[in-house]
Amino acid sequence: MHESLAMLPQVLIDGLTLGFVYALVALGYTMVYGVLEFINFAHSEIFMIGAFAGTEALLIMQSSGVLASLPPFVALIIALLFGMAIAGLIAVGMERIAYRPLRGAPRLVPLISAIGVSFFLQDAVRLFEGLWRNAFYLSTPVLYRQTLTFSRVDVPVKTIILVATCLAIMFGLQTFVNRTKLGRALRAVAQDQATASIMGVNVNFIVTLTFLIGGALGGAAGVLFAMQYTLIHPYVGFILGIKAFTAAVFGGIGNIAGAMVGGVVLGLVESLGSAYLGILTHGAFGAEYKDVFAFIILILVLILKPSGLLGETVLEKA
Amino acid sequence: MKTLLGRLGGAWNRVGDRPLAVAGLIAATTVLVAVIPRSVIAFLLFIGSLLTVYYSRLEGRYKLAITVLTLGVVLPGIGTLNPYYLDVAIQVGIYMALALGLNIVVGFAGLLDLGYVAFYATGAYVWAIFGSKQAANFIHGVNFPLSGDWFWLFLFLAVAAAATAGILLGLPVLRLKGDYLAIVTLGFGEIIRIVLNNLDKPVNITNGPNGITPIQSPAIFGYKLGKGIHYYFLVLLILLIIVAVAKRLERSRIGRAWEAIREDEVAAGAMGIPVVRMKLLAFAMGASFAGIMGAVFASKQTFIDPNSFSFMESIGVLAMVILGGMGSIPGALIGATCVVVLQLQVLKSLSDWFSQLRNTGVLNLPAQLEIAKYEKLVFGLVLIVMMIYRPTGLIPAERRKHELEHARGEDVEVPEPTGPAAPSVGTGVPGGDGRGLA
Repeated sequence: MHESLAMLPQVLIDGLTLGFVYALVALGYTMVYGVLEFINFAHSEIFMIGAFAGTEALLIMQSSGVLASLPPFVALIIALLFGMAIAGLIAVGMERIAYRPLRGAPRLVPLISAIGVSFFLQDAVRLFEGLWRNAFYLSTPVLYRQTLTFSRVDVPVKTIILVATCLAIMFGLQTFVNRTKLGRALRAVAQDQATASIMGVNVNFIVTLTFLIGGALGGAAGVLFAMQYTLIHPYVGFILGIKAFTAAVFGGIGNIAGAMVGGVVLGLVESLGSAYLGILTHGAFGAEYKDVFAFIILILVLILKPSGLLGETVLEKA
Repeated sequence: MKTLLGRLGGAWNRVGDRPLAVAGLIAATTVLVAVIPRSVIAFLLFIGSLLTVYYSRLEGRYKLAITVLTLGVVLPGIGTLNPYYLDVAIQVGIYMALALGLNIVVGFAGLLDLGYVAFYATGAYVWAIFGSKQAANFIHGVNFPLSGDWFWLFLFLAVAAAATAGILLGLPVLRLKGDYLAIVTLGFGEIIRIVLNNLDKPVNITNGPNGITPIQSPAIFGYKLGKGIHYYFLVLLILLIIVAVAKRLERSRIGRAWEAIREDEVAAGAMGIPVVRMKLLAFAMGASFAGIMGAVFASKQTFIDPNSFSFMESIGVLAMVILGGMGSIPGALIGATCVVVLQLQVLKSLSDWFSQLRNTGVLNLPAQLEIAKYEKLVFGLVLIVMMIYRPTGLIPAERRKHELEHARGEDVEVPEPTGPAAPSVGTGVPGGDGRGLA
């Protein structure tokens, strides 16, 4: 028992790291859902594309010899910006092509289209990387190798950077949505599209902006994920996306703070669960069931408290 | 273009009401397939000629006679000449049943189920565990594997198990609306797959990722039915029953109740439809179709593992339903045919063609690029394009066609086999024609 307690801090840190990635991806789901009431199923692929774009940026810098001469944080910022730009642009493009023609259609129609986009993008990236590098499992170059040790807990520097970047991005998003004029327009569209457009808000622009921001956040999450776990492939987004969606629902979908809380809680639950389930059941069930936790949480939340932790009870729109 | 279509239409008018002409068309394409055994185009033409039977204005008895001849004699004949086609036909049949089952849940009742393949897995594992030595791990005193004669009983058990799984899934998610339901069913499908993948301990029930093999073939009084042709007729028989059940359901009180729930759940409830029971019935019905074919699949493959039941499969079946037309029985059949033929034949031959080009040095492509493995790309495109341009599918549901015909009077053209069927479906706004799903 002593041993299992000793590993607790490490488990918590792993969970927090994972949780912040979930939270960042969850923001994309929650923003789109807030504005369009639609599950952007392909957001997990935007995350994956961000991971690939960031990795490609680093790989290209590495092969051209620039990487060695740059300070790591400059390389990190270039990779982040590149990943965010590509992911944001693809998110905007996919809205234009696959979702906008379907606005106003029955709810399942855009959802099915989004599933199509998700599948399409997975294989499109595989095809692209297959032609480009003749491989679609990429290893991301490591920028930070150092590890800080606090008494008995090892915290890699890249993890600290991940958490700090996530916090900064979330803080920026909160400020944008709550303090700026555009943010107010975004909230207005989320509340009532028709009225917002009467009040002079360009709804299509706001929807594009939502996808751009959500996509860029997903892309940033992808780059950070790639730097943390260093191995990516075109299907890396699928399960992670569902978990991030779970996080968004858990925190209250449409609620930005909720997505963060939901993500972190989910990350912790998963990490704790996979570390301790084996010990609790004496090895009968173990970490292999970690993906099940997220789904069970999702089902329980949807049944018991569909509005989530921080969400308000919303009346069904007609 | 227009004159070409006009001429085609004229030719079709001359062919469409003559039984001999339709039969001749089938015979001609059959000869083509037999003569050029490796041609995808010949096989596609053959399938297309089957479609003409559906669209022709023949009397019912001629249609029946031609269909029975084709499915009962011609297709098995082609299959004996070329076992590969028999395999394609069996696959098509299995997926037709799956598409019909999912069509009940998605098309009739309007419940988007993204974990449908879980029921297929349930049926498959029910027979796989008892039709192999696997069950000996946790049941003692019985000699496993059970003999093939037990298969028929296990068909019913597979149906029961899948239907139970359907109700178990249905119960907690009944209150969820449209898109949430989709995500939860997806989660359910993944949970089933993960559990199958890991249930090799503490007690070895599913043998985990290694899968179960060998699985017994069905048998009648000890006579083993393990050949391709046996499976062909077994699948055909089950499929006929399933088509009959689905057709009866569509026009029954239950089918109308499902439709009412799909259009407006609150109103349906107010009209006295037992919404909860009807939704559960839809899940159970859809699941049972998958369950029975799962058992057949397990015995045909003689090997199953959790990877055969991935999310990919669920989306593949969904693509079939969407392509054919949600709520449309002929649509589900056509959709299944198109997708399976696309997967097994078109993509594969494209892939071969590309690797030939690579080997001869015409194209400089990386070696690991295999077109056949990019089916997700194709499925994705199918889903997007169908949703944008034709959300009602290739063959829109019967009832909608009726409504349109009534609205436009008697002089409705018979839709062409390849062209758009009911011309005014969609009315400019894709999917926005009140056929609400959620």
